[in-house]
Amino acid sequence: MSLSELCGMSDFDDKINSEYRGDLNTFCGNFTNNLELGVPPFSNPAKNFASVSKDEFGREIKIQFDHGTTTLGFMYQGGVVLAVDSRATGGQFIGSQTMKKIVEINDFLLGTLAGGAADCVYWDRVLAKQCRMYELRNRERISVAAASKLMSNMVYNYKGMGLSMGMMLAGWDKRGPQLYYIDSEGTRTPGKVFSVGSGSIYAFGVLDSGYKWDLTDEEAYDLGRRSIYHATHRDAYSGGIVRVYHMKNTGWVHIDNTDCMELHYKYQDEKLQKSNEIATK
Amino acid sequence: MSILGYNGGAMVAMKGDKCVSIAADKRFGIQAQTITCDFKKVFDMGPRLYVGLPGLATDVQTVMEKLRFRKNLYELKENRTMTPEVFGAMLSSMLYEKRFGPFFVEPVIAGLHPTTHEPFICNMDLIGCINQPDDFVVGGTASAQLYGMCEALWEPNLGPEDLFETTAQALINAFDRDAISGWGATVYIIEKDKVTVRDIKTRMD
Repeated sequence: MSLSELCGMSDFDDKINSEYRGDLNTFCGNFTNNLELGVPPFSNPAKNFASVSKDEFGREIKIQFDHGTTTLGFMYQGGVVLAVDSRATGGQFIGSQTMKKIVEINDFLLGTLAGGAADCVYWDRVLAKQCRMYELRNRERISVAAASKLMSNMVYNYKGMGLSMGMMLAGWDKRGPQLYYIDSEGTRTPGKVFSVGSGSIYAFGVLDSGYKWDLTDEEAYDLGRRSIYHATHRDAYSGGIVRVYHMKNTGWVHIDNTDCMELHYKYQDEKLQKSNEIATK
Repeated sequence: MSILGYNGGAMVAMKGDKCVSIAADKRFGIQAQTITCDFKKVFDMGPRLYVGLPGLATDVQTVMEKLRFRKNLYELKENRTMTPEVFGAMLSSMLYEKRFGPFFVEPVIAGLHPTTHEPFICNMDLIGCINQPDDFVVGGTASAQLYGMCEALWEPNLGPEDLFETTAQALINAFDRDAISGWGATVYIIEKDKVTVRDIKTRMD
């Protein structure tokens, strides 16, 4: 006879199971199902969530999470190039200059982050899990179209509740190179040239003027790098280092990381040299 | 965001041994958008008297011109150069005059007394409350970061060369943690018989 029985605690195990299992489900919902986030106790959270975003005087309560980015991606003859900056800001404060804004989902799938840093990191991780599950169940890699749809459907469930993310998914599947744009509003669209984030307007200026389908690999990397650099120069909320990735039919390749300071002085020298050549002619 | 942080900017002044320094970044932006990287925020008000005006760019220039006018008028009337203390008091009362509709600047003053060459630094808030410590003063959107850097790097009786290094490092490393200041910097070292102005190489993002 064990001590627990002597003490009349024959249902000890059951108690653990029932009570703690219950607690686990109530308080750690996304342990068991990571699509399920805690929501405020309202009947219709998506509709009534706005009422907690204001204080008793009707002023907007602002949560300043990490924000501000420049990311871009474009398709060309050699595949897809992705380039991003690495700054994370909370308000005016620079929280990090070395953030990784490209997520390696698997060997043939890359995602970029823009918007709320935590939102992007969390949902990209969930997406990575789902893609791996698909691969194990079906013995083949998920298509980019399917992966992007998984993502947009997941975040659509939380539409109107303040999620903030704009991401690009680049991949190479049976149908060849692919590039999709997905955001927290529910947009999901394939395309050839995208730029997302607070610095995207500046990046587009450079990218659109230099973009052609027949770019060589080196030209494409340089165009991506230059576009991000010019965005970091003009946009206060972008900066740090420029990371360039290339999606090929053999999977993604990390091209390089270059510090924006190094790029600035390199481009300045090149400009000076060019104007000197013109002056001497 | 406060109107004081509309254009961005960071500034610091330090006391040394028979010298003072004042340094500022060069960015002029409109919120997140950087417009130019050669904006002047530190102005000479005499051979050994400098004033730095971080804050709203339009008020920086207005206050600078009003100050220059009042200082010149004083010097012509009194036929003597203005001391940094008097200059501070004049600026303070000029700012308080606009107590209920202030100029959005937080001035930093650095200089040497015209005759005794005693180092002087001070700063004030936008309505003219003077703060006159004996180590360093800061201003602008990176002021929290600057306090941290200065508190760590400053030491008493620095010579002009060491004071330059300390000031420059404090400023650069402070504004590298602030999104809306940076993009180049200028350091002024004020000594009895010379003023050294150095533009320093910084990150441009």
